[in-house]
Amino acid sequence: MPRVVFTSNLQRYVSCPERDVHGTTVAQALAGVFADTPQIRDYVLDEQGHVRRHVHIYVDGRRIWDRERLSDAVRDDSEICVLQALSGG
Amino acid sequence: MSDRLLVGTRKGLFTIVRKNGRWLVLEPSFLGDPVTAVLADPRDGTLYAALNLGHFGVKMRRSKDGGKTWDEHATPAYPPQPENAAGPAWKLVQVWVLEIGGGDEPGVLWAGTIPGGLFQSRDGGGTWSLNRSLWEHPARTEWMGGGYDAPGIHSICIDPRDRRRISVAVSTGGVWQSRDGGETWDVRASGMRAEYMPPERQGDPLVQDVHRMVSCRDRPDIFWAQHHNGVFRSTDGAASWQEVRTCALSCFGFAVAVDPNNADTAWFVPAIKDEKRVPVDAQLAVTRTRDGGRSFDVLREGLPSEPAYDLIYRHALDVDASGQRLAIGSTTGGLWISENRGDSWQCIAAHLPPIAAVRFAA
Repeated sequence: MPRVVFTSNLQRYVSCPERDVHGTTVAQALAGVFADTPQIRDYVLDEQGHVRRHVHIYVDGRRIWDRERLSDAVRDDSEICVLQALSGG
Repeated sequence: MSDRLLVGTRKGLFTIVRKNGRWLVLEPSFLGDPVTAVLADPRDGTLYAALNLGHFGVKMRRSKDGGKTWDEHATPAYPPQPENAAGPAWKLVQVWVLEIGGGDEPGVLWAGTIPGGLFQSRDGGGTWSLNRSLWEHPARTEWMGGGYDAPGIHSICIDPRDRRRISVAVSTGGVWQSRDGGETWDVRASGMRAEYMPPERQGDPLVQDVHRMVSCRDRPDIFWAQHHNGVFRSTDGAASWQEVRTCALSCFGFAVAVDPNNADTAWFVPAIKDEKRVPVDAQLAVTRTRDGGRSFDVLREGLPSEPAYDLIYRHALDVDASGQRLAIGSTTGGLWISENRGDSWQCIAAHLPPIAAVRFAA
């Protein structure tokens, strides 16, 4: 199962421990997280469902390219990291 | 008179309280987080703060125990953006101002946002809805950014006699008014002039960069506006505006406050226009008119005597309900309070984070 890891800086505002999820795209993987803890969604995505400008998402060390539909593929053993950008602080 | 002041800064919310004749700075809330707007609702004592987290977006906080504890509540959100929509992205950049609704509608709040949104909550911030008629007004996409990349609503005046009369000011997009509770809107910037525009557009209401607009509680037809290139006043409910050309020191600035009890008394904090934005002669001063703008006093007692480069942002000057106490907070973290209508000031703190907003609580 893909695993989702959040920056510790987000823990300041909302509980978001690492967790295993289902899905073959970033959107599907994060949907499982948001279903469990809806308040995380608003910290990671804006109201249009796009990745926030100063948030980065990596899959197995590569930054995702589709920040609007989150269609980047994930494998069963992928690690998805949700990080804050160095900008925007 | 108010004994409590909320101070929204780049690094958290500070509460200042007056005890035994002294103003004390209490421990901050949200240390490290930018606070862009604050509100103390006199109807039920609830406090509201809008945060703008650098990475994780705008967040709203609410306290029902005077600021001891805060909960997270709903953030205003734009509806899904249609394909090819003109204007800025339908994404919340900042809550710029929070105001209460009418005295007879507890729980009603208004929020002015960047980009150019006016939101209403009917349940004390539990949910928010975008005012669609203003957002969908064809002229809205003509608005321009002023200070920020996208235009924003920074001033909201609810007429205490008739809460269906709502006036908002836009940087940059003039003054807009509804007389039917927000169902329809008209631009009301007649008489303003924009000297930064080509000559043929200077009188266009849509290009007026109002920095801040306030109306008088006891005479709500009287408005004051600190505009990018001048001070303007309306005595007919914003139907027309007259330029006040007698400003002391400079007609440039961001902030204005009006005495709730006396519409002829208003305060400003002038700065050198517009490329410099520092106090004139490096001497921080508040100016005050007590005769509707015919003349101005320059008030410096208690403000720094050494060179000072403090700029007072548009929400960082406030007057309490009595009209006696004022506060100013600066971009360089200075905070001053006057207890005598601005005649003299005391420095409450010299080293706060950059101050975006000050607001007296009842």
